[in-house]
Amino acid sequence: MSLIAVEGLTVSFGGRAVVQDVAFTLARGETLAIVGESGSGKSTVALALLRLLSPDATLTAKRIEIDGEDVMSMRDAELRRVRGGKAGMIFQEPMTSLNPLHRIGRQVAEAVRLHTKAGMSREALRGRAVALLEQAGFPDAQHRLDAFPHQLSGGQRQRVMIAMALANDPPLLIADEPTTALDVTIEAQILALLDAQKTARGLGLLLITHDLGVVRQHADRVAVMKAGRIVETGAAEDIFARPAHPYTRMLLASEPKGGPAPVRAGAGPVIAADNLSVRFAIRRGVMRRAVGHVAAVDGVSVTVREGETVGLVGESGSGKTSMGFAMLGLEHATGEIRFQGQDIARMTERRLRALRAGMQIVFQDPYGSLSPRMTVEEIIAEGLRVHFRHLSRGDRLARVVAALDEVGLARNALERYPHEFSGGQRQRVAIARAMVLEPRFVVLDEPTSALDRSVQTQIVDLLRRLQADHGLAYLFISHDLRIVRALAHRIVVLRRGRVVEQGPAEQIFAAPQQDYTRALIAAAFEGRALTTAFDEPEAPELVD
Amino acid sequence: MSADTIPRRSWISPLNRRRLAAFRAHRRGFYALWVFLVLFGISLFAGVVANDRPLVIRFDGHFLFPILHDYSEDRFGPDFMPTEADYADPSVQAAIRAHGWMIWPLIPFSYDTTVENLNRPAPSPPSWRNWLGTDDQGRDVLARVIYGFRISVLFGFTLTSLASVIGILAGAVQGYYGGLTDLLFQRFIEIWSGLPDLFMLIILSSIIAPSFWVLLLFLLLFNWINLTGVVRAEFLRGRTLDYVRAAKALGVSDVAVMRRHILPNAMVATMTFLPFTLSGSVTILASLDFLGFGLPPGSPSLGELVSQGRDNLQAPWLAITAFVVLGGLLILLIFIGEAVRDAFNPRKTGFR
Repeated sequence: MSLIAVEGLTVSFGGRAVVQDVAFTLARGETLAIVGESGSGKSTVALALLRLLSPDATLTAKRIEIDGEDVMSMRDAELRRVRGGKAGMIFQEPMTSLNPLHRIGRQVAEAVRLHTKAGMSREALRGRAVALLEQAGFPDAQHRLDAFPHQLSGGQRQRVMIAMALANDPPLLIADEPTTALDVTIEAQILALLDAQKTARGLGLLLITHDLGVVRQHADRVAVMKAGRIVETGAAEDIFARPAHPYTRMLLASEPKGGPAPVRAGAGPVIAADNLSVRFAIRRGVMRRAVGHVAAVDGVSVTVREGETVGLVGESGSGKTSMGFAMLGLEHATGEIRFQGQDIARMTERRLRALRAGMQIVFQDPYGSLSPRMTVEEIIAEGLRVHFRHLSRGDRLARVVAALDEVGLARNALERYPHEFSGGQRQRVAIARAMVLEPRFVVLDEPTSALDRSVQTQIVDLLRRLQADHGLAYLFISHDLRIVRALAHRIVVLRRGRVVEQGPAEQIFAAPQQDYTRALIAAAFEGRALTTAFDEPEAPELVD
Repeated sequence: MSADTIPRRSWISPLNRRRLAAFRAHRRGFYALWVFLVLFGISLFAGVVANDRPLVIRFDGHFLFPILHDYSEDRFGPDFMPTEADYADPSVQAAIRAHGWMIWPLIPFSYDTTVENLNRPAPSPPSWRNWLGTDDQGRDVLARVIYGFRISVLFGFTLTSLASVIGILAGAVQGYYGGLTDLLFQRFIEIWSGLPDLFMLIILSSIIAPSFWVLLLFLLLFNWINLTGVVRAEFLRGRTLDYVRAAKALGVSDVAVMRRHILPNAMVATMTFLPFTLSGSVTILASLDFLGFGLPPGSPSLGELVSQGRDNLQAPWLAITAFVVLGGLLILLIFIGEAVRDAFNPRKTGFR
């Protein structure tokens, strides 16, 4: 008998169907991955299984059975017994899934207590919580029971979530994008933990993800979702070897391929940062006196030549974004930055402003980097108004249209507002905003990590084309080595604000010298966790 | 999707259109706004509605407009003195009627007109002549209410808008630059807001006679603080937004970044505060007038009416009128404020 049996599952919000006629089964000891891009309805399916949808959703199904019990006909009390008792659930964002005001020991114990009829003593509960946390690979669980969620790293928080989900030995575990918010090395560890628990307990694991790399490594069977429907389902090997549906083929083909065009021989440096440090003061007391400093970037030197992409790689907290901001003079830094022969690190803001047209930035989150109150035309023209004051209205419009054209957007985008566009289109607008100023140097701060995989590839292609056309120098900041390989000529690996390793991209990928680099590469390309533990808060060290 | 089919953008952005719809959907606030606008509109024309001079006089084939011009009394007959005409004087009225006609306003009294020929000592109860009775100085209460409403609302509007402008500027500078600027400014505000403004006002009024503008200036000194906190918080949050950083990277100047990118966010918080600040200002003026430290004696003011009601409990129409007018005005402002707050609530109108 299968653990989950779903037939004819349809969910609609206000008459609009987001999930249509979905059917699948899951057996014990099996991992089923539901794969799809954002908006495909895959998370809605997970919530519908336990009838956790918001009240304005309409749920109909021929059959939803969990472990032989009919979920559709259950009353609230029975549902509560199934939730957590029969099926544990892990969500994407472990910070918001944990109560920030309660200690983790109490939260794990509560998960146990809710489903235990006979009362347990305090000691027994505590012992059970420690055992669960240890099974979830939580380091030093005995002494960390009194920690609050904000004191833990993302990976540790997700381990707490897993401990809570497994608290009552449920036969089913539903993991909704369990690693999307985590760094690649930690992602690999968490997935390895889920695999181990599945084997040890004979769990049925329903894995909801957008990441085909994760699916390839961890799933037995795959269901591909598109626009609310399952378009293809089958064994993982079959799907990867012989994808039948065009959408699946498109997803598989959307891994970024190839590498960047070679740098022209004799290309001169556009920007050179020498021994750059960014420090944040730690302030305490009534008068907010600085009692110490955190070095987010600690003595890093990077040179980017014309037409060259330097990949700045590291996990979150490694200082890569601070480094990018500092090179643009957006963050106060010590050291020397030579941009086109001038030292901009010591320049006043006013003089620096005149140089800003030559160095631009594209941000990670295309939803946050465009002002919601301005039209696309106003957004792109803003820099022109500052740096090309003499332009007539017509000339300015012509340049804006040319920039839109260059990033592959139609002219009718001009009068629209950012919320009318998809994530990929918004990122194109952000790129157009930078390109219209004809910069020499562009900082790309994880420009693809908020996008779907197929869109990522398009953006990578666009960035490559722009570089080839204009001889741009890129500083490409990313934690995703798959994208970095497609774009970067040289790679600088950062950890805790310091350079761990640097060199030509091929050399770094072929023969990484440092454990940290090896872990990053293994996690990115093989979805494999190395034994070296990096699962600790990546806080930079304190310096005086 | 051809290049020619660019839809013309209307002057009102989609976000504001949605806010307008949300405001309309708030029926109570929407009607309160209309009632308020009608009442305020009437009070703006107080000089036409309630005046002790005729609106138009037809005299010897000439049109005269006493509410616009002063006419000498001897114009209406050789027997009169060359002083300003007193149109309430029966002999003047008779002289005008003999040579033409005149049209009186609906309420033939101004706020400072002493009503003649009362059959009993002032305050006199409501009658066909004085719809809301007279106060203890023998002045028509309705006329004073109309003028008092106008001065209260105008005072409130002026104080609120000036205080908002200063408060937004101060909050913006603090939040945007942060650091030491913020630190010093915050300590200054803490000390400044510790000053007892009511006592300072009482002391001031014993030194110089308070007029509309002196009072406004003095209240302004303390009222701008209310908004700075909210605006500062918005700017502190706003300066780390990606699109603000992007604008900085484009080389946009600080002032332009503040105005174009962060201020609209701060305006949401400000707009939701505004109606409540307005009703607060109305209350402050009324309470100062009540205590006798407000507008100069004789000015039409709602606060003064309240104090008359207290002094003349045997004439309940004074207290009741004061209560209904002041309470009604504040309730209208609060209802409007609630509707504005809902209209600007990002959870009800999608995004900010």
